[in-house]
Amino acid sequence: MKYMISFFQPMSEYQRLEDPKQVDAYRGAWTAYVEAMFASGLVVAGDGLLPPSAGASVRIRDGKRQVQDGPFADTKEHLGGYFVLEAPSMDVVLEWAARAPSSSTGTTEVRPVMERQG
Amino acid sequence: MASAPAPPAAEPDRASRGRRAAEAAARESYGRLLAYLAYRWRDIAAAEDALAEAFASALTAWPRDGVPASPDAWLMTAAKRNLLQAARHAKLAADPAVTILIGEQEGMTAGPHDPPAIPDERLKLLFVCAHPAIDPSIHTALMLQTVLGLEAKQIAAAFLVKPAALAQRLVRAKAKIRDAALRFEEPEPSELPQRVHAVLEAIYAAYTLGRDGALDTQSADLADEALYLAQLARRLLPEQAPASAEAAGLLSLLLFCQSRHATRAGDAGEFVPLHEQDAARWDRAMMQAANETLWQAAALKCAGRFQLEAAIQSAHCQRAFTGDVPWQGIAALYAQLAARAPTVGALVGQAVAVGEAHSPVQGLALLEQMDDAAIAAYQPWWVAKGYLLARQGERAAARECYVRAIGLTELPATRDYLLRRAQALE
Repeated sequence: MKYMISFFQPMSEYQRLEDPKQVDAYRGAWTAYVEAMFASGLVVAGDGLLPPSAGASVRIRDGKRQVQDGPFADTKEHLGGYFVLEAPSMDVVLEWAARAPSSSTGTTEVRPVMERQG
Repeated sequence: MASAPAPPAAEPDRASRGRRAAEAAARESYGRLLAYLAYRWRDIAAAEDALAEAFASALTAWPRDGVPASPDAWLMTAAKRNLLQAARHAKLAADPAVTILIGEQEGMTAGPHDPPAIPDERLKLLFVCAHPAIDPSIHTALMLQTVLGLEAKQIAAAFLVKPAALAQRLVRAKAKIRDAALRFEEPEPSELPQRVHAVLEAIYAAYTLGRDGALDTQSADLADEALYLAQLARRLLPEQAPASAEAAGLLSLLLFCQSRHATRAGDAGEFVPLHEQDAARWDRAMMQAANETLWQAAALKCAGRFQLEAAIQSAHCQRAFTGDVPWQGIAALYAQLAARAPTVGALVGQAVAVGEAHSPVQGLALLEQMDDAAIAAYQPWWVAKGYLLARQGERAAARECYVRAIGLTELPATRDYLLRRAQALE
Protein backbone atom coordinates (compact mmCIF):
# COMPACT_ATOMS: atom_id res chain seq x y z
CA MET A 1 0.00 0.00 0.00
CA LYS A 2 1.20 3.52 -0.78
CA TYR A 3 1.09 6.29 1.78
CA MET A 4 1.83 9.97 1.48
CA ILE A 5 3.60 11.54 4.41
CA SER A 6 3.51 15.36 4.46
CA PHE A 7 5.51 17.69 6.68
CA PHE A 8 3.84 20.89 7.91
CA GLN A 9 5.86 23.52 9.78
CA PRO A 10 5.12 26.92 11.31
CA MET A 11 6.90 29.98 9.82
CA SER A 12 9.22 30.06 12.85
CA GLU A 13 10.90 26.92 11.52
CA TYR A 14 11.60 28.56 8.15
CA GLN A 15 13.10 31.50 10.01
CA ARG A 16 15.69 29.19 11.55
CA LEU A 17 17.17 28.91 8.05
CA GLU A 18 18.16 32.57 8.26
CA ASP A 19 19.59 32.38 11.79
CA PRO A 20 23.33 31.52 11.57
CA LYS A 21 23.14 29.97 15.05
CA GLN A 22 20.29 27.64 14.15
CA VAL A 23 20.69 26.86 10.49
CA ASP A 24 23.10 23.94 11.04
CA ALA A 25 20.88 22.19 13.57
CA TYR A 26 17.83 22.73 11.35
CA ARG A 27 19.48 21.41 8.21
CA GLY A 28 21.31 18.66 10.11
CA ALA A 29 18.09 17.25 11.51
CA TRP A 30 16.24 17.25 8.18
CA THR A 31 19.19 15.94 6.15
CA ALA A 32 19.66 13.06 8.58
CA TYR A 33 15.94 12.27 8.48
CA VAL A 34 15.79 12.27 4.69
CA GLU A 35 18.92 10.09 4.46
CA ALA A 36 17.50 7.58 6.95
CA MET A 37 14.22 7.56 5.05
CA PHE A 38 15.94 6.79 1.75
CA ALA A 39 18.03 4.08 3.46
CA SER A 40 14.80 2.40 4.61
CA GLY A 41 13.97 1.32 1.05
CA LEU A 42 10.37 2.52 1.43
CA VAL A 43 10.60 5.67 -0.69
CA VAL A 44 8.66 5.79 -3.96
CA ALA A 45 8.95 9.55 -4.44
CA GLY A 46 9.60 12.64 -2.41
CA ASP A 47 10.63 16.27 -2.50
CA GLY A 48 11.34 19.21 -0.26
CA LEU A 49 9.66 22.49 -1.14
CA LEU A 50 11.11 26.01 -1.25
CA PRO A 51 9.77 28.32 1.49
CA PRO A 52 6.14 29.50 1.25
CA SER A 53 7.29 33.01 0.23
CA ALA A 54 8.41 31.52 -3.10
CA GLY A 55 4.89 30.26 -3.78
CA ALA A 56 1.49 31.66 -4.67
CA SER A 57 -2.09 30.53 -4.34
CA VAL A 58 -5.09 30.80 -6.61
CA ARG A 59 -8.78 30.98 -5.71
CA ILE A 60 -11.78 31.65 -7.85
CA ARG A 61 -14.69 33.27 -5.99
CA ASP A 62 -17.85 34.53 -7.62
CA GLY A 63 -16.18 33.91 -10.95
CA LYS A 64 -13.30 36.24 -10.07
CA ARG A 65 -9.68 35.17 -9.83
CA GLN A 66 -7.75 35.80 -6.62
CA VAL A 67 -4.00 35.27 -6.71
CA GLN A 68 -1.97 35.66 -3.54
CA ASP A 69 1.75 35.59 -2.68
CA GLY A 70 2.82 33.15 0.01
CA PRO A 71 3.03 32.70 2.93
CA PHE A 72 -0.72 32.55 3.26
CA ALA A 73 -1.88 34.47 6.28
CA ASP A 74 -4.77 32.13 7.08
CA THR A 75 -2.51 29.07 7.36
CA LYS A 76 -0.53 28.45 10.55
CA GLU A 77 1.51 25.52 9.29
CA HIS A 78 2.96 25.25 5.82
CA LEU A 79 3.73 22.22 3.71
CA GLY A 80 7.51 21.85 3.59
CA GLY A 81 7.84 18.57 1.75
CA TYR A 82 6.45 15.09 1.26
CA PHE A 83 7.33 11.48 0.61
CA VAL A 84 5.28 8.78 -1.03
CA LEU A 85 6.15 5.48 0.64
CA GLU A 86 5.39 1.89 -0.23
CA ALA A 87 4.89 0.40 3.22
CA PRO A 88 3.41 -2.79 4.69
CA SER A 89 1.13 -0.90 7.10
CA MET A 90 0.02 2.45 8.40
CA ASP A 91 1.85 1.65 11.65
CA VAL A 92 5.21 1.61 9.88
CA VAL A 93 4.54 4.98 8.28
CA LEU A 94 3.41 6.49 11.59
CA GLU A 95 6.75 5.44 13.07
CA TRP A 96 8.53 7.37 10.35
CA ALA A 97 6.16 10.29 10.85
CA ALA A 98 7.09 10.46 14.53
CA ARG A 99 10.78 10.76 13.63
CA ALA A 100 10.23 13.79 11.35
CA PRO A 101 11.47 17.06 12.87
CA SER A 102 8.15 18.62 11.85
CA SER A 103 6.33 16.36 14.33
CA SER A 104 7.94 18.27 17.20
CA THR A 105 7.31 21.73 15.75
CA GLY A 106 4.28 21.35 13.51
CA THR A 107 2.31 18.41 12.14
CA THR A 108 3.20 15.39 10.08
CA GLU A 109 0.25 13.93 8.22
CA VAL A 110 -0.04 10.38 6.91
CA ARG A 111 -2.63 9.54 4.26
CA PRO A 112 -3.15 6.33 2.29
CA VAL A 113 -2.89 6.93 -1.46
CA MET A 114 -6.02 6.12 -3.45
CA GLU A 115 -5.64 3.08 -5.69
CA ARG A 116 -6.08 3.85 -9.37
CA GLN A 117 -8.93 1.98 -11.03
CA GLY A 118 -8.17 -0.11 -14.13
CA MET B 1 12.26 13.24 28.06
CA ALA B 2 10.57 15.44 25.54
CA SER B 3 7.31 15.22 27.40
CA ALA B 4 9.12 17.33 30.05
CA PRO B 5 7.46 15.92 33.14
CA ALA B 6 6.57 18.70 35.52
CA PRO B 7 9.19 19.02 38.27
CA PRO B 8 7.87 17.54 41.51
CA ALA B 9 8.01 20.91 43.26
CA ALA B 10 5.88 22.61 40.61
CA GLU B 11 2.80 22.67 42.81
CA PRO B 12 2.23 22.87 46.54
CA ASP B 13 3.09 19.54 48.13
CA ARG B 14 -0.23 18.95 49.80
CA ALA B 15 -2.32 19.69 46.73
CA SER B 16 -0.13 17.44 44.64
CA ARG B 17 -0.29 14.64 47.21
CA GLY B 18 -4.06 15.03 47.43
CA ARG B 19 -4.47 14.95 43.68
CA ARG B 20 -2.30 11.88 43.38
CA ALA B 21 -4.15 10.11 46.17
CA ALA B 22 -7.47 10.84 44.48
CA GLU B 23 -6.17 9.57 41.15
CA ALA B 24 -4.74 6.45 42.73
CA ALA B 25 -8.03 5.73 44.49
CA ALA B 26 -10.01 6.20 41.30
CA ARG B 27 -7.64 3.93 39.42
CA GLU B 28 -7.75 1.28 42.14
CA SER B 29 -11.54 1.27 42.17
CA TYR B 30 -11.87 1.29 38.42
CA GLY B 31 -9.57 -1.69 37.97
CA ARG B 32 -11.07 -3.63 40.87
CA LEU B 33 -14.66 -2.98 39.83
CA LEU B 34 -14.04 -3.79 36.20
CA ALA B 35 -12.06 -6.93 37.01
CA TYR B 36 -14.81 -8.15 39.31
CA LEU B 37 -17.61 -7.45 36.83
CA ALA B 38 -15.70 -8.88 33.87
CA TYR B 39 -14.78 -12.00 35.86
CA ARG B 40 -18.40 -12.64 36.85
CA TRP B 41 -19.92 -11.64 33.55
CA ARG B 42 -17.23 -13.07 31.23
CA ASP B 43 -17.67 -10.14 28.88
CA ILE B 44 -15.14 -7.33 29.26
CA ALA B 45 -16.80 -4.94 26.81
CA ALA B 46 -20.22 -5.28 28.44
CA ALA B 47 -18.65 -4.79 31.88
CA GLU B 48 -16.85 -1.66 30.65
CA ASP B 49 -20.05 -0.18 29.26
CA ALA B 50 -21.97 -0.92 32.44
CA LEU B 51 -19.24 0.58 34.63
CA ALA B 52 -18.92 3.68 32.46
CA GLU B 53 -22.66 4.17 32.78
CA ALA B 54 -22.44 3.73 36.55
CA PHE B 55 -19.70 6.40 36.78
CA ALA B 56 -21.87 8.68 34.65
CA SER B 57 -24.88 8.25 36.96
CA ALA B 58 -22.63 8.89 39.96
CA LEU B 59 -21.80 12.28 38.48
CA THR B 60 -25.46 13.28 38.71
CA ALA B 61 -26.50 11.32 41.81
CA TRP B 62 -23.62 12.09 44.20
CA PRO B 63 -23.75 15.90 43.98
CA ARG B 64 -27.51 15.66 44.49
CA ASP B 65 -27.76 12.98 47.22
CA GLY B 66 -24.28 13.16 48.72
CA VAL B 67 -21.38 10.73 48.32
CA PRO B 68 -22.43 7.25 49.48
CA ALA B 69 -20.72 5.59 52.46
CA SER B 70 -19.08 3.08 50.17
CA PRO B 71 -18.68 4.61 46.72
CA ASP B 72 -17.35 1.32 45.34
CA ALA B 73 -20.38 -0.67 46.48
CA TRP B 74 -22.65 2.00 45.04
CA LEU B 75 -20.86 1.87 41.68
CA MET B 76 -20.89 -1.92 41.72
CA THR B 77 -24.64 -2.05 42.36
CA ALA B 78 -25.32 0.49 39.62
CA ALA B 79 -23.06 -1.33 37.15
CA LYS B 80 -24.71 -4.67 37.92
CA ARG B 81 -28.13 -3.13 37.41
CA ASN B 82 -26.95 -1.89 34.02
CA LEU B 83 -25.59 -5.29 33.09
CA LEU B 84 -28.81 -7.03 34.09
CA GLN B 85 -30.88 -4.51 32.18
CA ALA B 86 -28.80 -5.10 29.09
CA ALA B 87 -29.14 -8.85 29.58
CA ARG B 88 -32.91 -8.58 29.89
CA HIS B 89 -32.99 -6.65 26.65
CA ALA B 90 -30.99 -9.40 25.02
CA LYS B 91 -33.27 -12.02 26.65
CA LEU B 92 -30.35 -13.71 28.32
CA ALA B 93 -32.19 -14.24 31.58
CA ALA B 94 -31.54 -17.96 31.51
CA ASP B 95 -27.79 -17.42 31.23
CA PRO B 96 -25.99 -18.83 34.29
CA ALA B 97 -23.91 -15.65 34.55
CA VAL B 98 -27.11 -13.65 35.00
CA THR B 99 -28.36 -15.97 37.70
CA ILE B 100 -25.06 -15.72 39.58
CA LEU B 101 -25.13 -11.95 39.34
CA ILE B 102 -28.72 -11.71 40.54
CA GLY B 103 -27.89 -13.87 43.53
CA GLU B 104 -25.01 -11.63 44.46
CA GLN B 105 -27.00 -8.55 43.81
CA GLU B 106 -29.23 -9.59 46.68
CA GLY B 107 -26.31 -10.57 48.86
CA MET B 108 -24.63 -7.23 48.27
CA THR B 109 -27.49 -5.10 49.59
CA ALA B 110 -26.24 -5.58 53.12
CA GLY B 111 -26.93 -2.00 54.13
CA PRO B 112 -24.91 1.16 53.72
CA HIS B 113 -22.99 0.80 57.00
CA ASP B 114 -21.59 -2.58 56.28
CA PRO B 115 -20.46 -2.50 52.66
CA PRO B 116 -19.19 -5.89 51.52
CA ALA B 117 -15.62 -5.93 50.32
CA ILE B 118 -15.24 -6.37 46.59
CA PRO B 119 -12.88 -9.29 45.92
CA ASP B 120 -9.79 -8.34 43.96
CA GLU B 121 -9.96 -10.18 40.65
CA ARG B 122 -7.43 -8.00 38.85
CA LEU B 123 -4.85 -10.76 38.59
CA LYS B 124 -7.37 -12.87 36.67
CA LEU B 125 -8.02 -9.91 34.41
CA LEU B 126 -4.26 -9.50 33.80
CA PHE B 127 -4.02 -13.17 32.90
CA VAL B 128 -6.92 -12.95 30.46
CA CYS B 129 -5.47 -9.83 28.80
CA ALA B 130 -2.22 -11.72 28.17
CA HIS B 131 -3.92 -15.00 27.26
CA PRO B 132 -2.01 -17.11 24.71
CA ALA B 133 -5.09 -17.12 22.45
CA ILE B 134 -4.95 -13.32 22.19
CA ASP B 135 -2.52 -11.67 19.74
CA PRO B 136 0.53 -10.66 21.85
CA SER B 137 0.70 -7.27 20.15
CA ILE B 138 -2.56 -6.28 21.84
CA HIS B 139 -1.82 -7.63 25.37
CA THR B 140 -0.40 -4.37 26.70
CA ALA B 141 -3.14 -2.20 25.23
CA LEU B 142 -5.84 -4.47 26.69
CA MET B 143 -4.30 -4.24 30.16
CA LEU B 144 -3.96 -0.49 30.01
CA GLN B 145 -7.57 -0.16 29.00
CA THR B 146 -9.19 -2.69 31.32
CA VAL B 147 -7.06 -2.58 34.47
CA LEU B 148 -6.16 1.11 34.38
CA GLY B 149 -9.10 2.50 32.44
CA LEU B 150 -6.95 4.44 29.94
CA GLU B 151 -8.73 5.57 26.80
CA ALA B 152 -7.97 4.01 23.43
CA LYS B 153 -6.95 7.48 22.23
CA GLN B 154 -4.22 7.75 24.86
CA ILE B 155 -3.00 4.20 24.32
CA ALA B 156 -2.85 4.73 20.55
CA ALA B 157 -0.59 7.74 21.06
CA ALA B 158 1.83 5.67 23.12
CA PHE B 159 1.84 2.85 20.60
CA LEU B 160 2.01 5.24 17.68
CA VAL B 161 -0.94 3.66 15.88
CA LYS B 162 -4.09 5.12 14.36
CA PRO B 163 -6.59 5.46 17.23
CA ALA B 164 -9.52 4.09 15.22
CA ALA B 165 -7.46 1.04 14.25
CA LEU B 166 -6.43 0.36 17.85
CA ALA B 167 -9.99 0.75 19.10
CA GLN B 168 -11.05 -1.85 16.57
CA ARG B 169 -8.31 -4.28 17.62
CA LEU B 170 -9.36 -3.87 21.25
CA VAL B 171 -12.99 -4.56 20.41
CA ARG B 172 -11.98 -7.68 18.48
CA ALA B 173 -9.79 -8.97 21.31
CA LYS B 174 -12.58 -8.54 23.86
CA ALA B 175 -15.06 -10.25 21.54
CA LYS B 176 -12.64 -13.15 21.21
CA ILE B 177 -12.29 -13.45 24.97
CA ARG B 178 -16.08 -13.54 25.28
CA ASP B 179 -16.88 -15.78 22.31
CA ALA B 180 -14.10 -18.29 22.91
CA ALA B 181 -15.04 -18.24 26.61
CA LEU B 182 -11.40 -17.88 27.61
CA ARG B 183 -10.82 -18.91 31.17
CA PHE B 184 -10.75 -16.09 33.69
CA GLU B 185 -9.33 -18.45 36.30
CA GLU B 186 -5.78 -18.36 37.55
CA PRO B 187 -3.68 -20.75 35.45
CA GLU B 188 -2.72 -24.25 36.61
CA PRO B 189 0.58 -24.39 38.50
CA SER B 190 2.22 -26.10 35.52
CA GLU B 191 1.39 -23.28 33.12
CA LEU B 192 1.81 -20.49 35.66
CA PRO B 193 5.40 -19.44 34.80
CA GLN B 194 4.57 -19.06 31.11
CA ARG B 195 1.37 -17.16 31.79
CA VAL B 196 3.05 -14.88 34.32
CA HIS B 197 5.77 -14.21 31.81
CA ALA B 198 3.23 -13.04 29.21
CA VAL B 199 1.72 -10.66 31.78
CA LEU B 200 5.14 -9.30 32.73
CA GLU B 201 6.18 -8.90 29.09
CA ALA B 202 3.12 -6.77 28.46
CA ILE B 203 3.83 -4.61 31.52
CA TYR B 204 7.45 -4.19 30.46
CA ALA B 205 6.32 -3.18 26.95
CA ALA B 206 4.19 -0.47 28.54
CA TYR B 207 7.21 0.73 30.50
CA THR B 208 9.54 0.93 27.50
CA LEU B 209 6.88 2.76 25.53
CA GLY B 210 6.57 5.22 28.37
CA ARG B 211 10.29 5.62 28.71
CA ASP B 212 11.00 6.09 25.02
CA GLY B 213 7.96 7.98 23.92
CA ALA B 214 5.59 10.45 25.36
CA LEU B 215 2.14 9.55 26.55
CA ASP B 216 -0.41 12.30 26.47
CA THR B 217 -2.27 11.83 29.73
CA GLN B 218 -3.01 14.57 32.16
CA SER B 219 -2.15 12.57 35.25
CA ALA B 220 0.90 10.45 34.85
CA ASP B 221 3.06 9.03 32.13
CA LEU B 222 2.99 5.48 30.93
CA ALA B 223 6.14 4.59 32.86
CA ASP B 224 4.28 5.30 36.11
CA GLU B 225 1.31 3.26 34.92
CA ALA B 226 3.62 0.33 34.16
CA LEU B 227 5.27 0.64 37.58
CA TYR B 228 1.81 0.48 39.13
CA LEU B 229 0.96 -2.67 37.15
CA ALA B 230 4.28 -4.26 38.13
CA GLN B 231 3.57 -3.55 41.79
CA LEU B 232 0.09 -4.97 41.35
CA ALA B 233 1.35 -8.18 39.73
CA ARG B 234 3.96 -8.57 42.47
CA ARG B 235 1.37 -8.01 45.20
CA LEU B 236 -1.29 -10.30 43.75
CA LEU B 237 0.91 -13.30 43.00
CA PRO B 238 1.62 -15.67 45.88
CA GLU B 239 4.92 -14.45 47.28
CA GLN B 240 6.67 -17.81 47.52
CA ALA B 241 5.69 -19.17 44.11
CA PRO B 242 8.66 -19.61 41.76
CA ALA B 243 6.74 -17.62 39.14
CA SER B 244 6.84 -14.67 41.53
CA ALA B 245 10.60 -14.39 41.13
CA GLU B 246 10.24 -12.79 37.73
CA ALA B 247 7.42 -10.52 38.93
CA ALA B 248 9.80 -9.27 41.62
CA GLY B 249 12.54 -9.05 39.00
CA LEU B 250 10.43 -6.81 36.79
CA LEU B 251 9.42 -4.61 39.70
CA SER B 252 13.06 -4.27 40.74
CA LEU B 253 14.06 -3.40 37.17
CA LEU B 254 11.43 -0.67 36.87
CA LEU B 255 12.34 0.76 40.29
CA PHE B 256 16.02 0.98 39.32
CA CYS B 257 15.14 2.75 36.07
CA GLN B 258 12.75 5.13 37.81
CA SER B 259 15.33 5.96 40.49
CA ARG B 260 17.36 7.77 37.82
CA HIS B 261 14.36 9.54 36.35
CA ALA B 262 15.19 13.02 37.66
CA THR B 263 18.67 13.15 36.13
CA ARG B 264 17.76 12.10 32.61
CA ALA B 265 17.11 15.68 31.53
CA GLY B 266 19.21 18.75 32.29
CA ASP B 267 17.95 22.13 33.50
CA ALA B 268 17.00 23.20 29.98
CA GLY B 269 15.30 19.89 29.23
CA GLU B 270 18.32 18.62 27.29
CA PHE B 271 19.02 14.90 27.12
CA VAL B 272 21.66 13.60 29.54
CA PRO B 273 23.02 10.11 28.78
CA LEU B 274 23.45 7.63 31.62
CA HIS B 275 27.22 8.00 31.96
CA GLU B 276 26.98 11.80 32.29
CA GLN B 277 24.17 11.75 34.86
CA ASP B 278 24.87 13.06 38.36
CA ALA B 279 24.66 9.83 40.35
CA ALA B 280 24.44 11.75 43.61
CA ARG B 281 20.96 12.85 42.54
CA TRP B 282 19.61 9.35 41.93
CA ASP B 283 16.82 8.36 44.30
CA ARG B 284 18.61 6.32 46.99
CA ALA B 285 15.49 5.11 48.74
CA MET B 286 14.12 3.80 45.48
CA MET B 287 17.41 2.09 44.60
CA GLN B 288 17.34 0.49 48.04
CA ALA B 289 13.81 -0.77 47.49
CA ALA B 290 14.83 -2.09 44.07
CA ASN B 291 17.78 -3.93 45.59
CA GLU B 292 15.67 -5.51 48.32
CA THR B 293 13.11 -6.63 45.77
CA LEU B 294 15.86 -8.17 43.67
CA TRP B 295 17.19 -10.07 46.69
CA GLN B 296 13.70 -11.40 47.43
CA ALA B 297 13.53 -12.56 43.81
CA ALA B 298 16.94 -14.22 43.99
CA ALA B 299 15.92 -16.10 47.16
CA LEU B 300 13.31 -18.00 45.10
CA LYS B 301 16.17 -19.44 43.01
CA CYS B 302 14.33 -19.24 39.73
CA ALA B 303 16.42 -17.03 37.45
CA GLY B 304 14.89 -15.24 34.51
CA ARG B 305 15.11 -12.44 32.04
CA PHE B 306 13.73 -9.65 34.22
CA GLN B 307 15.94 -10.53 37.18
CA LEU B 308 18.96 -10.34 34.85
CA GLU B 309 17.85 -6.98 33.50
CA ALA B 310 17.34 -5.76 37.05
CA ALA B 311 20.82 -6.99 38.00
CA ILE B 312 22.28 -5.00 35.09
CA GLN B 313 20.51 -1.87 36.28
CA SER B 314 21.65 -2.58 39.82
CA ALA B 315 25.24 -2.68 38.53
CA HIS B 316 24.80 0.67 36.76
CA CYS B 317 23.44 2.12 40.00
CA GLN B 318 26.59 1.07 41.86
CA ARG B 319 28.19 4.22 40.48
CA ALA B 320 26.13 6.18 43.00
CA PHE B 321 27.89 4.32 45.84
CA THR B 322 31.37 3.46 44.55
CA GLY B 323 31.90 5.99 41.76
CA ASP B 324 32.73 3.19 39.32
CA VAL B 325 30.72 1.26 36.74
CA PRO B 326 31.50 -2.49 36.99
CA TRP B 327 31.63 -3.06 33.23
CA GLN B 328 33.07 -6.58 33.47
CA GLY B 329 30.12 -7.70 35.56
CA ILE B 330 27.64 -5.89 33.31
CA ALA B 331 29.10 -7.57 30.23
CA ALA B 332 28.80 -10.99 31.93
CA LEU B 333 25.16 -10.30 32.87
CA TYR B 334 24.39 -9.20 29.32
CA ALA B 335 25.92 -12.41 27.97
CA GLN B 336 23.47 -14.40 30.13
CA LEU B 337 20.60 -12.15 29.11
CA ALA B 338 21.46 -12.43 25.40
CA ALA B 339 21.54 -16.23 25.73
CA ARG B 340 18.12 -16.24 27.36
CA ALA B 341 16.29 -13.40 25.57
CA PRO B 342 18.25 -12.19 22.53
CA THR B 343 16.19 -9.06 21.89
CA VAL B 344 17.69 -6.29 19.75
CA GLY B 345 17.97 -4.16 22.88
CA ALA B 346 19.81 -6.84 24.86
CA LEU B 347 22.28 -7.46 22.02
CA VAL B 348 23.07 -3.77 21.61
CA GLY B 349 23.48 -3.44 25.37
CA GLN B 350 25.84 -6.39 25.39
CA ALA B 351 27.95 -4.89 22.58
CA VAL B 352 28.37 -1.60 24.45
CA ALA B 353 29.22 -3.39 27.72
CA VAL B 354 31.80 -5.55 25.97
CA GLY B 355 33.17 -2.43 24.27
CA GLU B 356 33.65 -0.81 27.68
CA ALA B 357 34.84 -3.88 29.57
CA HIS B 358 37.22 -5.21 26.92
CA SER B 359 37.75 -3.18 23.75
CA PRO B 360 35.68 -1.16 21.28
CA VAL B 361 36.74 -3.59 18.51
CA GLN B 362 35.09 -6.50 20.32
CA GLY B 363 31.95 -4.48 20.91
CA LEU B 364 31.82 -3.46 17.24
CA ALA B 365 32.23 -7.09 16.19
CA LEU B 366 29.12 -7.98 18.22
CA LEU B 367 27.18 -5.15 16.57
CA GLU B 368 28.18 -6.35 13.10
CA GLN B 369 26.91 -9.86 13.87
CA MET B 370 23.37 -8.57 14.30
CA ASP B 371 20.67 -9.04 11.69
CA ASP B 372 20.65 -6.18 9.13
CA ALA B 373 16.89 -6.03 8.89
CA ALA B 374 16.51 -5.76 12.65
CA ILE B 375 18.91 -2.85 13.05
CA ALA B 376 18.31 -0.76 9.92
CA ALA B 377 15.78 1.49 11.66
CA TYR B 378 16.83 0.74 15.27
CA GLN B 379 18.23 4.01 16.56
CA PRO B 380 20.20 2.62 19.56
CA TRP B 381 22.24 0.36 17.27
CA TRP B 382 23.49 3.39 15.31
CA VAL B 383 24.21 5.35 18.48
CA ALA B 384 26.16 2.41 19.92
CA LYS B 385 28.16 1.97 16.75
CA GLY B 386 28.90 5.69 16.52
CA TYR B 387 30.01 5.69 20.15
CA LEU B 388 32.34 2.69 19.81
CA LEU B 389 33.80 3.95 16.51
CA ALA B 390 34.50 7.33 18.11
CA ARG B 391 36.25 5.59 21.04
CA GLN B 392 38.45 3.92 18.46
CA GLY B 393 39.26 7.25 16.82
CA GLU B 394 37.39 6.55 13.59
CA ARG B 395 35.81 9.98 13.54
CA ALA B 396 34.34 10.11 10.02
CA ALA B 397 32.70 6.69 10.28
CA ALA B 398 31.46 7.51 13.79
CA ARG B 399 29.92 10.72 12.52
CA GLU B 400 28.07 8.90 9.75
CA CYS B 401 26.52 6.56 12.30
CA TYR B 402 25.42 9.46 14.50
CA VAL B 403 23.82 11.14 11.47
CA ARG B 404 21.84 7.99 10.74
CA ALA B 405 20.80 7.86 14.40
CA ILE B 406 19.65 11.49 14.23
CA GLY B 407 17.38 10.62 11.31
CA LEU B 408 15.82 7.83 13.38
CA THR B 409 15.30 9.89 16.54
CA GLU B 410 11.88 11.00 17.67
CA LEU B 411 12.53 13.16 20.72
CA PRO B 412 13.95 16.63 20.01
CA ALA B 413 16.15 16.62 23.14
CA THR B 414 17.84 13.39 22.06
CA ARG B 415 18.15 14.67 18.50
CA ASP B 416 19.89 17.85 19.70
CA TYR B 417 22.28 15.79 21.84
CA LEU B 418 23.22 13.58 18.88
CA LEU B 419 23.60 16.62 16.60
CA ARG B 420 26.16 18.00 19.08
CA ARG B 421 27.99 14.66 19.14
CA ALA B 422 28.08 14.55 15.34
CA GLN B 423 29.27 18.14 15.15
CA ALA B 424 32.09 17.46 17.59
CA LEU B 425 33.39 14.80 15.20
CA GLU B 426 33.62 17.13 12.18
